[in-house]
Amino acid sequence: MSRFVIPLVLFLALVVFLAIGLGRDPHLVPSALINKAAPDFALPELREPTRIITPQQMRGKVWLLNVWGSWCPACREEHPYLIEIARSGAVPIYGLSWKDKREDALATLSELGDPYVLNMSDFDGRVAIDYGITGAPETYLIDKNGIIRYKEVGQLNPEVMKQKILPLVQELNR
Amino acid sequence: MNLLVLTAARDLLKMKSCFLLLVILASFPLFAIAKEAQPLAVDPALEERMMKLSKELRCLVCQNETLADSRADLAEDLRGQIREQMKAGKTDKEIIEYLTARYGKFILYNPPVDPTTYLLWFGPFLLLLAGLFLLFRYVKQRRELIVEVPLSADERLRAEGLLKATEGKETA
Repeated sequence: MSRFVIPLVLFLALVVFLAIGLGRDPHLVPSALINKAAPDFALPELREPTRIITPQQMRGKVWLLNVWGSWCPACREEHPYLIEIARSGAVPIYGLSWKDKREDALATLSELGDPYVLNMSDFDGRVAIDYGITGAPETYLIDKNGIIRYKEVGQLNPEVMKQKILPLVQELNR
Repeated sequence: MNLLVLTAARDLLKMKSCFLLLVILASFPLFAIAKEAQPLAVDPALEERMMKLSKELRCLVCQNETLADSRADLAEDLRGQIREQMKAGKTDKEIIEYLTARYGKFILYNPPVDPTTYLLWFGPFLLLLAGLFLLFRYVKQRRELIVEVPLSADERLRAEGLLKATEGKETA
C-alpha cells in the first residue's frame, strides 16, 4: 500500500509547489526601500525647467510619486485612473517623467489630461535607479517625513487604492 | 572561398548530405554577428572591471539574464551608473551595497547564503542524504531477504563434476 501512497504524496507536494509558483509574478521584486528615507534628488520641473524640485519641498505632505513615460503603453492605460484620484483629492500625485522627451511628455499630458501636481524630469533615468525602479508605471507612497511607506509595481487600480494606499494615507495623515 | 564552398558542396551532394551543408551555410550569419563592432570604451580597464561586476548582477527586466548580457534599456542605465561610480573611485563592494540598498538582494545573480536562502543552498544536500539513507536501508533489507540454501548432495556431485571437467580443459 505504502508503495503507492509515498509517490502519490510526493507528486501532490510537487503539484502544490508548482501551483504556487504559477500564481506568483516574478516581476514583483519586493522593494528594498520600504520604511527607508526617499532618496534625494534635484530635478527640473517638466513645464518650467528652470524650477528645481527636491523631495524636501514635499515635507509635511503625504504624497504619491508616480513613475511614467509617454513611451509606456501601461502608463497611458493607467492615466485616466490617476486623473480620477487627482479629482477625488485623496492624495496628491507627483510625476517622475522617466527617460522621456520633454515635448513627448507635455504632448501626452495635454492629450490625456494632467493628474500631476507637478512633474520631475528624470530624462537620463538616474533618479529612477536611486529609487530602485524596474519598469513603468511604478508608484511610491511617501509620508510627511519623507519616508517611503508603500510601493506598487505596475498600474494603480481601484482595488490597490482601496485596500492598500488609501488606508495608509489616512493613517499617515493623522 | 566561394570555390572552396562550391567544391565542398558538390562533394557533400554526392554524399547526399545536403543537410550538413545547410547547417554550415545557416551558421555563416552567426559568425557575422559575433564580429559586430563593439562600442569603443573610453577606458578599457574600467570597462572590463564594469563587465566583470555586472556578470554578478541580475538584469531586472529580463530576470534570467545578467546585467552584463542584457540589452534592456534599464540594464544599460545601470551599467552606466556602475561605470560612473567606478570612475568616482568606489570599490566593487560599495557599488554592490548601493545597488542592493535599492533593488534588494534579488539583484545579486549569485544568491548570498543567509537564513532566507538556506533551503536553496543546503536543500539539495539534504535530498542527497535522504537518498543515501533510503538506498542503504533498501540494500540492507534485500541482503536480509536473500536466504542461502546449502547444496544438496546431488547438486554438490554435479558441481564437482563440472569443475573437474573445466580443469581438465584448462590443462589440456
